[in-house]
Amino acid sequence: MKIFKDIVFRIFVIIFSFFAIMPLIFIFIIILKNGIKSINLNFFISLPKPPGEIGGGILNAIVGTILLLIFASLITIPIGIFVGIFLYEFKNRKIGEICNILIDVLQGIPSIVIGIIVYLWVVKKMGHFSAIAGSIALSLIFLPIIIKSTKETFEMIPFSIIESSLSLGASYIRTVLKVMLPCSLNGILSGILVGLGRISGETAPLLFTAFGNPFLNFNINKPVSSLPHLIFTYTMSPYDDWHRQAWGCALVLIFLVFILNFISRIGLKKWKVKF
Amino acid sequence: MESKILKIESFSAGYGKLLILKNINLEIFKNKITAIMGPSGCGKTTLIRCINRMHELNKEAFHNGDILLDGESIFKMNPVLLRRKIGMVFQKPNPFPHLTIYDNVLAGYIINGIKLKREDRDRIVEETLRKVALWEEVKDKLHLRGTQISGGQQQRLCIARVLALNPEIILLDEPTSSLDPKSTVEIENLLEQLKNNVTIIIVTHNISQASRIADYVVFLYLGELIEYGKSEKIFTAPENPKTEEYLSGKFG
Repeated sequence: MKIFKDIVFRIFVIIFSFFAIMPLIFIFIIILKNGIKSINLNFFISLPKPPGEIGGGILNAIVGTILLLIFASLITIPIGIFVGIFLYEFKNRKIGEICNILIDVLQGIPSIVIGIIVYLWVVKKMGHFSAIAGSIALSLIFLPIIIKSTKETFEMIPFSIIESSLSLGASYIRTVLKVMLPCSLNGILSGILVGLGRISGETAPLLFTAFGNPFLNFNINKPVSSLPHLIFTYTMSPYDDWHRQAWGCALVLIFLVFILNFISRIGLKKWKVKF
Repeated sequence: MESKILKIESFSAGYGKLLILKNINLEIFKNKITAIMGPSGCGKTTLIRCINRMHELNKEAFHNGDILLDGESIFKMNPVLLRRKIGMVFQKPNPFPHLTIYDNVLAGYIINGIKLKREDRDRIVEETLRKVALWEEVKDKLHLRGTQISGGQQQRLCIARVLALNPEIILLDEPTSSLDPKSTVEIENLLEQLKNNVTIIIVTHNISQASRIADYVVFLYLGELIEYGKSEKIFTAPENPKTEEYLSGKFG
């Protein structure tokens, strides 16, 4: 009887796990099927053609996404790591607990709301849409991810390691810089990569900040396009060729997210510190 | 006459409302091994953690009285510099997992940001690893992580890491309690050799270990100093009946 129950339980577990990964497989198949047609070298290196003309590429969106990711990282990574260290330090105090809750709330704010807020704060003040505004909006989504991954990896460091650094006559700051940060490099980097994967697919906060741009633009003070934004505008359009390109763009985006996750899982193993 | 390096004067310490050490008076002799013995919870670890001011890292910690290193109060010194003079080895071997064996020996310099010339580094690493009898075992794998060697080797590496800073005193908190008998003997032999250059204070649970290596023995019971003296005397003719009971295994 016991063995029977065991078998039934196992079968259920297998069936449900299968159901859980089925949607992913279907999504991947559909996107691959529809998107692969538009993928060619030209797709990556040329700019969109005017509506009605066949062909053209998504270079503007690729450059835009890269610009947005770089500037969002520059803003977020230093701040996020410092706040993570702060939260680790103050985890048993009231102020630490309050900050923790606030960061959870920040993480829960819908991304479209973040877009509106950044529109009010940045776009209106500057008087125009820009890549900077887009990066700031993405930063607000990126920030809680880095803060949490930093804090969590710090919490995994055994106290004996910190203690032995202090007992060698190191000040607390040097212990953080020379022992705790190197020991948690793997965790922090994988948090960054997962976070980049997350924000590279965000559309809503970019609608009224980075705005989109059909031309190639490297100036962060001007509007830029991005992969998810391009998918959004092309799908809303009445042109079949643009629909095809949106599928291709979706494939590129999924591939990017896949690569980022793959590196964070497998590529970073070498950096992992075993305690 | 043997010279005294450390003087503990009417010293009390504890955490929060809990008083752990009660009015300890003690003088530690230079270049000797002093063993601190006593049953669990008697304050052995607290006492040595006070000597290099690791005790005060706990926010609840307090202390009264004074500890003098070469006649100067340690509580008036910079704790960071004091800890370079009075090194500490912990119960569980804890080499830095992100550093190589080579860098673990130099950890005190690396973490403190003290720059050394290449040849100085090589010299310190080899000298120190020879002192702890680890050189022959690891000289071909200095590039491995500090955690990739056996437990006994890791503990010797931790002693090396402390020795590399040329401390005056080394505090050891039950350094062999997590090691096998062979590694324990190796560490004990090592301590006997090291005492020519450095003063050693060792906390131990193991009575036979204290009798093997210690020159002086401190017996603590419930936070009070019960007996302190030369090891031969304590082990052959203890003055206090409590010491005798402990040594004969009646409690502890």
